[in-house]
Amino acid sequence: MTPDPRLSNLVQRADALFRDQALSAVSEWKTRTGGLAVGFLPIYVPRELLHAQGVLPVGLMGGRPDLEIIKGDAYYQSYICHLPRSTIELGLNGSYDALDGLIFPAICDVIRNLSGMWQMLFPHVLVHYLDVPQNFDPAIGGAFYRRDLEMLARALEARGARPLTDDALRQSIALYNENRRLVRDLYALRRREPWKVPTAELYVVLRAALLLPVEEATPLFAEYLELAESDESRRPQDQARVLVAGSFCEQPPLALIKTLERSGCYIVDDDFVQVHRFIRSDIPLDGDPLQRLVEAFLTDAVASPTRYIADGVKGAELEQRLAESGAEGVLFCAPSFCDPALLDQPMAVRAAERAGVPWTAFKYAENSGQFQVIREQAGTFADSIKLWSGV
Amino acid sequence: MSPAPVTPPPAQKDSSQVRQKAMIARHFDRLAAAPETGARSAYTFVPGNLTELLLSFDVLPVLPEINALQSAMRGKTAEYIAMAEKLGHSEDVCTYVKSDIGMMKSGNVGPTGQRLPTPDLLLLSYTGCFTFMKWFELLREEYHSPVAMLHVPYQADGRITEAMRTYVVDQLKTAVIPKLEEITGRNYDEDRLKALLARSAQAEDDLVWVLQSAKHVPSPIDAYFGAVYYVGPIFSAFRGTEDAVQYYRELREEIAERMREGKGPVTPDGEMDRERFRVVVEGPPNWTSFRQFWKMFADEGAVAVASTYSKVGGVYDLGFRHDPDRPLETLAEYCLGCYTNLNLPTRIDLLTRYVTEYRADGFLINSVKSCNSFSAGQLHILREVEARSGRPGGFIESDLVDPRYFSAANIKNRLESYFQMLDQKRLGAAS
Ligand code: SF4
Ligand code: SF4
Repeated sequence: MTPDPRLSNLVQRADALFRDQALSAVSEWKTRTGGLAVGFLPIYVPRELLHAQGVLPVGLMGGRPDLEIIKGDAYYQSYICHLPRSTIELGLNGSYDALDGLIFPAICDVIRNLSGMWQMLFPHVLVHYLDVPQNFDPAIGGAFYRRDLEMLARALEARGARPLTDDALRQSIALYNENRRLVRDLYALRRREPWKVPTAELYVVLRAALLLPVEEATPLFAEYLELAESDESRRPQDQARVLVAGSFCEQPPLALIKTLERSGCYIVDDDFVQVHRFIRSDIPLDGDPLQRLVEAFLTDAVASPTRYIADGVKGAELEQRLAESGAEGVLFCAPSFCDPALLDQPMAVRAAERAGVPWTAFKYAENSGQFQVIREQAGTFADSIKLWSGV
Repeated sequence: MSPAPVTPPPAQKDSSQVRQKAMIARHFDRLAAAPETGARSAYTFVPGNLTELLLSFDVLPVLPEINALQSAMRGKTAEYIAMAEKLGHSEDVCTYVKSDIGMMKSGNVGPTGQRLPTPDLLLLSYTGCFTFMKWFELLREEYHSPVAMLHVPYQADGRITEAMRTYVVDQLKTAVIPKLEEITGRNYDEDRLKALLARSAQAEDDLVWVLQSAKHVPSPIDAYFGAVYYVGPIFSAFRGTEDAVQYYRELREEIAERMREGKGPVTPDGEMDRERFRVVVEGPPNWTSFRQFWKMFADEGAVAVASTYSKVGGVYDLGFRHDPDRPLETLAEYCLGCYTNLNLPTRIDLLTRYVTEYRADGFLINSVKSCNSFSAGQLHILREVEARSGRPGGFIESDLVDPRYFSAANIKNRLESYFQMLDQKRLGAAS
């Protein structure tokens, strides 16, 4: 059985986009449509709202390992994670010139402070700090969030975007529902037959989609799903099924993901590029669409470490994900100096232990270049899982 | 992040210091006796603390940040942090959290050597720092205490909007007050709260007077190291009490007296006789080598005339006062206005203003590894304040309570070079 060339072509296309740090695809889109493009940092922004106003939401996730940091390091001490310095670097070297604004979701103090730096460094672009609520009562946190979204919509309009209308927003929600459904399907396929959806490949597809309008991202997912599912050349191997947790903001280098897979792990669930899955199910299309968007955030978002878990057992979602994915181990894989991930980890570890699932932990930076230690650690971990699962 | 008094350092004790010591001792006595007396306690944070509200319910505040820094001053944190790291807490995260976890695992003995009670409530005033949320999630797993979450929005555009105020007030009404009613079995008493808030404003007036006395040359106070002691009562368990009112009145009188006599601040080595450098300081101090760190300044004749750290529990010098006529709104505005809840441009404006208004020769940033809230962006602050004020900035790195990150020789070297540079500038300007 020979591999399907269409699959490798698709992955190559996605890879080219993923490598496109200067966002040329975004510039092309702007030339083509005359629309605004607004970047956003991890983890989540309601892209539907931007889309409904004719704005291209562009997901930014720091820099690739080959990005040379010339100026960014002068802004950050060594004990701060890497993402803000590459973000500054890309801003200062002109890579983000196509962006008419940047949205900084409230996930940690680093991103928060970066929003103020951006206001000063790039005074001509829109800077919006999306202060997502940690109170999940619709009348309180919901009302606050709604006002924040309305403010964002007005700010976009002031920059030349279309006014936000219910009809447009409903249509955008429908488009993103379909988009999220396909991502869920991809994750489901990988859970069932991880050999068909290597994570290094899926990851690149998910990253590429961050630069595309949803009208192009959805067909990309659909095509990839179809091709991956039907590729019979991909056969199961004796690998350990693992869930990778903690990489929701600064992303590991692609080579690290490949290293994990080569060291004997099937990644059956992860936190990578989480914006695609941050809202877990379809957002209803009836009623007031802005309110629906707000409610989705309040009641149907993933239990990210950046989100206060008001009710229920902390870590319960991880236990559930372990059960659903059939993961036999957890790799806690967090960026160095990442407060939300690392402060959360002891609680996540307890959740894994409650579920009776073994775990191991290591850290990375987006520009890490050496994976020897991680390869050995993950390899030993995978071997021990395989050994014990056979007993 | 929080200043707090331990044993006041100066050799001769002023009556305000004696009073403060007695206030602290009484407070910890009450906490230690809580299991017998049935007194309720709430753990909470310094920025955005709701002391008046807690006291209106007779709930005793416990501030884990203060416990951590006091543990550091007592030389305990190396052991506590090691214990927390052994339990799986990352070496990369805030050492206050690890110190607190280590202290709890070692029997929860507080700064006075007495045991702290298990909290009846974790009041998560979530302002100015994301670590707070994780910290209390961690404590919730340990103590199984209820949590009241008060999410305070960030002043991202440098102002407080009506929506922010409403959001916080609504949470006070629906999330915080009901929890306090539940744990105490008492009703919210607005008149009592108002009386407490009125006393807060009185004490705040006096505190601001004390901090602004540093505009005088020579400054009668050290507004960084010394201010740690001054802000202790108001940033912690005493705001709104008669004790705090008395303390700040006495303190003001003492400082006024020093000013009349033309005296400089009291340092670990006694009175400073000559003020050679006036500096503004950004960032929290190091607590494990607090006196040594202070001495490095004092030995050079350097006086901190203003600091941002003394504003983490409220930037009162910009005019905010608790307002008894708007009790919940004023608490909301207080929470929204703490220093680390201000965006970077506002922090830069404030520092620049301090440098100018306090006639400082320069400003220093002590960047602590633990704290992204303070530290992420400080190099940018450095450049901007230098450019705007025209005064040189210095940058040193240490940590709050982890002794591994206080490199005395290195810091001393940097400070000496910095002060030398100030000297040369001055000579250059004079010639
Ligand atoms: S990697 Fe972690 S600490 Fe750094 S910006 Fe992202 S969430 Fe914040
Ligand atoms: S991160 Fe900073 S503000 Fe937050 S608890 Fe630690 S020292 Fe305090």
